[in-house]
Amino acid sequence: MSATVPVDLARKRRSDARRRRLMVSGGRLVLGVVIVAGWEFGARAGVIDKFFWSQPSDIGATLWRWITEGTDLGPLWEQVLVTMEETVGGFVVGSVFGVVFGVILGSNRLLADILGPYIKGANAIPRVVVGALFAVSLGLDIQSKIATASVLVFFVVFFNAFQGVREVDRNLIANARILGADNRHLTTEIVIPSALSWIVASLHTSFGLALVGAVVGELFGAYQGVGELIYESKNLFDTSGVFAGMLLLASIALIAEALITVLENRLIRWRPPVATETRI
Amino acid sequence: MSPAIRLSGVTKRFLTPSGGVYMALRDLNMTVEAGEFCAVVGPTGCGKSTTLGLISGLEPPSEGVVEVFERPVAGIADGIGYMFQSDAVFPWKTVLENVAAGPRYQRRSHRDARQLAREWIARVGLAGFEDRYPYQLSGGMRKRVALAQSLINGPRILLMDEPFSALDVQTRSLMENELLNLWSASSASVVFVTHDLEEAISLSDRVFVMTAGPGTVKSNYVIDLPRPRNVAEIRFQPRFAAIYEEIWKDLRDEVLVSYERQKRGAA
Repeated sequence: MSATVPVDLARKRRSDARRRRLMVSGGRLVLGVVIVAGWEFGARAGVIDKFFWSQPSDIGATLWRWITEGTDLGPLWEQVLVTMEETVGGFVVGSVFGVVFGVILGSNRLLADILGPYIKGANAIPRVVVGALFAVSLGLDIQSKIATASVLVFFVVFFNAFQGVREVDRNLIANARILGADNRHLTTEIVIPSALSWIVASLHTSFGLALVGAVVGELFGAYQGVGELIYESKNLFDTSGVFAGMLLLASIALIAEALITVLENRLIRWRPPVATETRI
Repeated sequence: MSPAIRLSGVTKRFLTPSGGVYMALRDLNMTVEAGEFCAVVGPTGCGKSTTLGLISGLEPPSEGVVEVFERPVAGIADGIGYMFQSDAVFPWKTVLENVAAGPRYQRRSHRDARQLAREWIARVGLAGFEDRYPYQLSGGMRKRVALAQSLINGPRILLMDEPFSALDVQTRSLMENELLNLWSASSASVVFVTHDLEEAISLSDRVFVMTAGPGTVKSNYVIDLPRPRNVAEIRFQPRFAAIYEEIWKDLRDEVLVSYERQKRGAA
């Protein structure tokens, strides 16, 4: 019967897809086990120097101790919370300023030409050094970290918003003007939505940078936070503590990444879904 | 009767990015009567779209006068609808929001705008698609959205820049018939730019032939085919063939000039 052929084809394709998914997850698991086990046994066998590179069981033990007994700086959740506050604070402040300035300069060529060299100059400075400045001027509390993080975030979001505004389709502007849109309509209904896909794309990068800013800010001097935890561990030559802190930061970043993806899908529902997943 | 659109001695020059001057239109004269459906045909790059830009007020002329209802055009005037060649529907708005944009920009209340938009969406045959985003629609459906969008403000002048050129032949004649239906229910004057002579003749009352760039009106032909017309079938009439032949003789020379120039430009 010829009608059975497509059914078989569909079934085969489904089973192929399932097998592939299994291969991928299995491969991931195996790779993870190989790395962790190799590290652990390498350290035990003395191939890897435990003092400098620690070992997974020690890192796990350190994390467990932090979770159950708390860290030298206080309970672990407090450290994570402080770093999160700094990161999110810097992310929000930097993004808001970045969007506002990007839209203003993007739609005002004269202002953009006047400020252009200064912005490029400021962008050329390795910006994490402002952390040192803020540690002095704003003190060792949360403000100086928020400031550092927001400076890092600002430039990324600013350049994207600026470019997004510049790239608005001239046809859409013309169409809106013909339909009777005034300048306020053009900004809120055409320019900003159009720039939004650029801006949202930059949020992925900029959240990572906010975390960098918060941690660097803590390294320059802090009372609390995951960065401070890493700094303390470093001073005690406790590499397990450094790795445990890194692990914490990685989980914060991954969770935030997932949240931003949710936000992205919310904000730009109008965009066709991407056919294949290219991001890792 | 006073004309709806009059262009007298209009020249349009553009600055090219390299600093040169490009003349798109030279000494163009054109008159469109109220309620008339006009088509403008001409070879590629003869300034057809530029002409529409001048009438809409999006671009000022370099020389000459553009008048709409006997008033010189200065900036974008009320009462103009414009259908662009490329998709100009707003991708981040749903069908309903897209169509409602016009009345909302004209300061009508949200409720009125939506009510009116629903009526127009039904009129162009998109009822049930109000909440879709443009990417979820076919090319023909997006054109329907654009049509409703440009007609909802009740324009007295409708400018159309090769609006259906991206559509397949069947969808295209469907859309053309619907356009004629909607137009006959209004009293709008239409300026319809196209490179397709068949489309021009089957839709319009008058066809302007433009010269190769810098463009100017070479000649104009009155199309005396009876209305209402069925665009898909009108081309089988002997009268259609006669008109086509007459205009094509005129247009062919300009197309050849333009083609020669492109070849030389490429060489």
